Formats: sequence, structure tokens, C-alpha cells
Amino acid sequence: MFDNPMLTFIQLLNGLSLGMSLFVIAAGLTLILGVLRVLNFAHGAFYMLGGYVCFSLVKLLSGVPGGFWLAAIGSAIALAGMAYLIERTMLRHLYERDHLYQLLFTFALVMIIGDLVRFTWGTQVLSVSLPPGFKGAVNLGIAYYPSYRLFLCLMGVIVAVGMWYFVNRTRAGRFVRAARQDREMLESLGINVGRIYMLTFVGGSALAGFGGALAAPAVALSQGMDAEIIVQCFIIVIIGGLGSLGGAFLGALILGLLNSFGVMLVPNFEIVLIYLMMVVVLMIRPWGLLGKPEAQ
Amino acid sequence: MITQRNLILLGIVGAALLALPLIGSLFAIYLVNEILIFALFALSFNLLLGYGGLISFGHAAYFAIGAYACAVLLTTFGWPFFLAFGAAAVISAVCAAVIGYFCVKLTEIYFSMLTLAFAQLVWAVAFKWIAVTGGDTGFIGVAVPDWLDVPVRFYYFTIVVVALCAWIMWRIVNSAYGFTLVATRENRNRAEFIGVDVKRIQLVAFILAGTFAGVAGSLFTLFNHSVFVESAWWTQSAEVMIMSILGGVGTFLGPALGAATLLILDRFITEWTVYWPTFLAIILLAVLFFFPEGLMGFASKRKKKGE
Amino acid sequence: MLKIENLGMNFSGFQALNGINLELQEGEKHAILGPNGAGKTTFFNCLTGQLYPTDGVTHYKGKKITGLTPSRIVNRGIARSFQRINIYPKLSVFENVQVALIADKKMMFNLFRPGAALFRDETARMLELVNLTDEADETAGLMSYGKQKQLELAIALSSEPDLLLLDEPTAGMSPQETMDSIALIGEIASKRKLTLLFTEHDMEVVFAIADRMSVLHHGELIATGSPDEVRNNEEVRRIYLGEHADDAA
Repeated sequence: MFDNPMLTFIQLLNGLSLGMSLFVIAAGLTLILGVLRVLNFAHGAFYMLGGYVCFSLVKLLSGVPGGFWLAAIGSAIALAGMAYLIERTMLRHLYERDHLYQLLFTFALVMIIGDLVRFTWGTQVLSVSLPPGFKGAVNLGIAYYPSYRLFLCLMGVIVAVGMWYFVNRTRAGRFVRAARQDREMLESLGINVGRIYMLTFVGGSALAGFGGALAAPAVALSQGMDAEIIVQCFIIVIIGGLGSLGGAFLGALILGLLNSFGVMLVPNFEIVLIYLMMVVVLMIRPWGLLGKPEAQ
Repeated sequence: MITQRNLILLGIVGAALLALPLIGSLFAIYLVNEILIFALFALSFNLLLGYGGLISFGHAAYFAIGAYACAVLLTTFGWPFFLAFGAAAVISAVCAAVIGYFCVKLTEIYFSMLTLAFAQLVWAVAFKWIAVTGGDTGFIGVAVPDWLDVPVRFYYFTIVVVALCAWIMWRIVNSAYGFTLVATRENRNRAEFIGVDVKRIQLVAFILAGTFAGVAGSLFTLFNHSVFVESAWWTQSAEVMIMSILGGVGTFLGPALGAATLLILDRFITEWTVYWPTFLAIILLAVLFFFPEGLMGFASKRKKKGE
Repeated sequence: MLKIENLGMNFSGFQALNGINLELQEGEKHAILGPNGAGKTTFFNCLTGQLYPTDGVTHYKGKKITGLTPSRIVNRGIARSFQRINIYPKLSVFENVQVALIADKKMMFNLFRPGAALFRDETARMLELVNLTDEADETAGLMSYGKQKQLELAIALSSEPDLLLLDEPTAGMSPQETMDSIALIGEIASKRKLTLLFTEHDMEVVFAIADRMSVLHHGELIATGSPDEVRNNEEVRRIYLGEHADDAA
């Protein structure tokens, strides 16, 4: 299968760009999972909504230079605002409740957002055109490759570096890290854990919205895209380890590459391969490749 | 515990179910038939959630395995009806045993995630193994035997199967095993220290739940004459969870009530609006914030207050 | 009956237990004395399978029990209670004990025998033994702290152990409750010919029922012997009783 270097190279890039665009979304999910311990099924819906909001903003800003980029940032902000409202009015009352009720809450969000999208944008498939400057392909020596996809790769790395910096080098990031490990200790230090939760949820959701906006020109916007992406994000988060950013990065790479090379290795059964991978990781290292086992 | 009052209520519901074909329309028969099938599915799920405290995120897998097994054995292999129907339950049980063996080693979020992963694996196999399952187009044209292929007959057949399964499950949750299962839910650590092998207790629950879900799946195949790959997709697992919590996981029949409520609302609300999911979400939020014990729990509390 | 050899527990660098050797004779009532943080609970967790010790081996009735799961160890005849209340808070007091009996009688995989009807007499007897007959139908988690401790004892006794491990059986009790429950434990232990291993931080309690005792300090056993011997041990006086004397003063 690797006898065609050009094809292999293109599949490699496909895998990387898929992985990196998934990473942006999964990074938000893993933060929320690690800190809040909420299995947020609505994360995929936030992603979808981000894509649709981007579509409308792009239309609204047509003619404005850099319109797409403003729209992408606008989507992130819109989702952050929505997440803030959701957290303050409802979610925060559920932290002390059983996992089950948090799950149920996120299901309700999935349904409401699904209807919101249908109500606002209708049921037909929508697409966002590629931003100016990224419409063509780049000559990479042995092959031409769409420049927007290369940009997605780059964007994943930028988000990864930015988040790494935030979590490891800033004061707020330190609290997030601490909340992931020991919320009681933080409370005893007199730190407002509720605020950290809120910020994590808002930040994670903004990433979902941003990821949706970035994906919008590369995929078709349609209902049901949320249900698919959430499963992929869960795979990434599980493979990497709950709450581990580095793990999410690795998981996203693995998922992306498995997707593109799986097609060549076991045509038609690459999806099976991916779920199998998730099962095997959970069986051998339930805390993920880069996560740490929790004390019983 | 069965009080006399509950027994009378149960008798009335049973009589109404039996009498329905005499008075109801074909539409009503179909609707109630579907409700009965999903009631069985939800009851099986509640063995895990309500009695075992196990949040399975992939219960649809066993429903789908039963459904496909029944379809394939009946149609592709041409097995006699009862043999195929029974074998489908056995196949679901075996799959649940194998998958459950690995799942019960994990707890909490990890348990939920592994059940989800396995269910998605089942979905992926059903989706891609086109030669057997029909893949994306589904398995269409299930060879339902002629004697059963009459709505009213199939309706009574469903009643018999569901009632039998429900009775068995009722016996189980009230058995010595059922008591122990509740104890592992209430305090896993304490249960271990009275000498209970918690993982084995949970594995048995997993197998039982998977088996009855498989029976529900088989019934659904016969009901629809077809199986679609969506029956294994995670949203189906979410739906059975919603049914159970809506009805109330703290009671035996709560999930069945939840199934009925969900399907009836679905049928009637979709008549006048496409935004049925939002209605369901609002109901869910109401349950979540105001009646955490579900409809059944709410009803029994009201009753107690009244007395 | 119980033979602990060179038991050690290391939590990624922190040596919680180190080189513990202890032998228990049948019928012995042995106390482990030590201040909070000495490693008493860790010691119990290592013995009962809750934790897997990093060093050493434990034999019970001549057979190795190190490495077995908690449920296996219970089935060998070792039961325990916990320092922090560990019951089924939402079940009734009666059911708390009934489930323990179902497990003890190996009925837990019986899918057909109705659970509620099983071992009613035995349960009632057990509740009588710990003076909880009147509370049988109460929700366990809503009872007073002392009564929950009694229930905890009943649950542990229901697995009909030969060796009973009690982790701080009187922790958090009022002086009156402490005296009552000590009398109760001593009486039951004698009546059922139990071997008793219990941890305690209170000297009074130890002298009331123990016939031998050990002192645990920073994860090591620094003395073992009869209460009088231990009381007169210089090291013990220096580290432990000394501290107490200071507290009292």
C-alpha cells in the first residue's frame, strides 16, 4: 500500500489535517471532562452550532476584509456566551448530583440545539466558501495539496501551543490543573472552584465553537454532524486520557492517521478499526495513553 | 413490594391491553405494540441502571444484536421461528457476557465509556458488514412466519413475551441475587467486605439486561419486518436511558411508563410540530430539576402525601 | 491463626508501613495502638485486600491471603468494620444485615429465591445481639452515629468470621457510648470465641478488652506484648504515653 509515495504522502496530510481539526474540539471536551467530570454530550452540538453561526456571520460580513476570520472568532465568542448562560442558570446546580443527571442535562441540550439549528437554518445542507487566500492548492514538491487543509494542521498546532501555555504557564491555568487533580484541596485554599468550573466550561465550549467554524469550509454543514463528531471526540479523549491536553493531541493524531491509513489498510473497515482501538485502550489503560491512573 | 392497590392497577392495565384489539384502531394497536417492545427494552436497561447503579452507555448494542440475529436466522438461514427467536436471545446473552466481562472491570466514567465503545463497535460492524446486515440500507424483508404476520396476532404475541420477560425480571430483582445487586449499588466497598464478588454480580446483571434487550430487539425486527443500523447508534442508547429516567429508575415499572410516555408524546407532538425534541428536552429538564425520581416516583410520593 | 511477616506498604515514595511482624493466637484480643497517621487504617487495608502491600506476606490459618480480593478474604473467615461508617445508608437496618447473611450463605447468585424472605430469623437474632431490634425498619443512614456503628458491627458479624478486625470501633463516640460498645464487643467476642484485632487511639478502651497489644508508630511496630508490658516499655512511654501525658497536662 505504501508503494505509491505520493498517495501515502497525501493520506498522511489528510490524516494530520483531520486530526488537527478534531484536536481543537476535543481539547475543549477533555478540559471539561477533566475538571468538571461531566460527560458533555452537548459538546458536539456546540461544535455544530459554531459551524452554523460562522455560516451566518460570513454572510453578514461579506465584503468585509478578513470576514471569515472575524466570523470564526465571532462563533467562538457566541458559543462562549451561550455556555456562560447555560452554566450559570442550570449546569452549576447539577455538579453535586449524580453523573446520570449531568448526562441527561447534556442530552437535553443536544435536542434543543438540534432544533434551534433546524429552526434557524433549515434542513438543507449548507456550505461555507473557503476564505480568500486559501482557495487553491500548494505545491509541496511531490504533490499539490489544498492550502486550507494545511492551514488546519497549523491551526491545531497553534491551539495546542496556546493551550499548553495557558495551562502550564499562567495563574488561571494552574488553578485549572489543580482542579483537575484535587478540587477539595483548592477549596481548602479558599479558591472559588465554582468560577474555575465556569471558566473551564466557557473556554471548552468556545473551542468547540471555534472548531466548528474552522471546519465549516472543509465539511458540509448538516444536522446530525453533532452526533458523529461527539463520538470521535470521546475516542480522542479516551485514548489520550481524561483531562490530558497532550493526550488529546496524541489521540487526535492517532484518530486522524488511523482514519486515512485505515482506508488503505482495511478498506471499508477503518471505522471498525477505530472503535476497536478505543476498546483496547480502555481495556489496557483505562486512564488513557498519557493520563495518570486515579487512586481508587 | 406488591400492594393490593398496585395489583388492582396492574390488573386494569393488563385487561385494557388485552381488550385493545376489540375496541382500538389499527393505529392504536401498532402504537401500543411498539410501546410494549420499548417497555421491555427499558425494563432490561433498568436492571443495570436502577438496580445495579451501572450507567451503561451502549445498551442499544444488545437490542441491535438481538434484532439482527433474529432477522438473519429467520431470513438468511431460514430457521424455524421459535428456534430463531430463542437463538437471538442466546446470541445477545453471549455477546453481553463477553463484552460485560471487560466492562465490569471498570467503574464510573470508564465503565460508561467502554460500554459506549463496544456499542459503537457493534454499530460499525453492522454498518460495514453489508453482506450480512445490509449495511446502511438496512436488513429489509424479514421472513416473519405467516401465522404471526397479522397485526392483532403479533400484538398478542408481544404481550405474552413481554409479560413473561417482565415477570422473570420482577422475580430476579426480588431474589437473593437482586438484593445483593442493590447492595453493590448502594455501597460497593461494603458489599465486597461481606464477601460479595461485586464484578461477578455486575456481570450477571449485564448478561441478564443484554438478554432481555435482545428479546426486545427480536420483537422489534418482527414488528418492522426490517432492522436498521441506527438501532445500534449511540442515540438509541441515550433514548432508552431517557425513557428510564423519565419514568423513574427507582421503581420496577417506572421505565415502562417512561417508554409509553415518550412514544405517545412522540406520536402526538410530531403531528403538529417538527420540534418534538425540544418538547422532550423541556420535559427532561423538568424531571431533572423538579422530579428527580421520575414520573413513577412523583406519582407514588403524591399518593403517600395524600394518605 | 494470623501470621504477618515483614509487611510493608509504600505509596510512591512514602513508606506508610514498614517491616511489620505480628502473630495472633486463636481467641486473642489484640489491640493496635497508635496516634492518627501512624498507619493503622493502612495496616488493616493491607490485611483485608483493600490495598495490595508492596512487601511481605500474610498467612491466615496456614494459608496465604496476601493478594486475594476483599471478598475472597471475607470468605476465608476474616471480617472487618471501618473507621468511617460503611453501611448501606439507604437500605433499612434489617436489609443491611440480611444482605450480609445472603452473601455469607452463598445465596447471592440465586435468581429465584425471593430475597426478602431469606434468613429473617437469623437477621433478627443478629440485630438483637447488637441491640438494634427496635430499629429494624429504620433507614440505616438516618440513625444516630453510635447506632450506625452498632449496625456496622452486626454486618461484620454476619459473615460469621473467626477473625474480626475493627478499625477504631469507638471513634467519634461519646464516653458513654464508648463504654457501652466496648462492653458489647467484649461480650460478643467471648460468646462467639472470636479472635479480635482492633485499632484504637484511646488507652482506656485498649485496657478494657485487649489481652495483648502492639504500638504502631510512623508505620512500624515498636512494641508488642501484654498491656502492662507495653505500658512499661520505655520507647512507648517516651513517644506515645509521653505525648498523652502532655495533652492531659
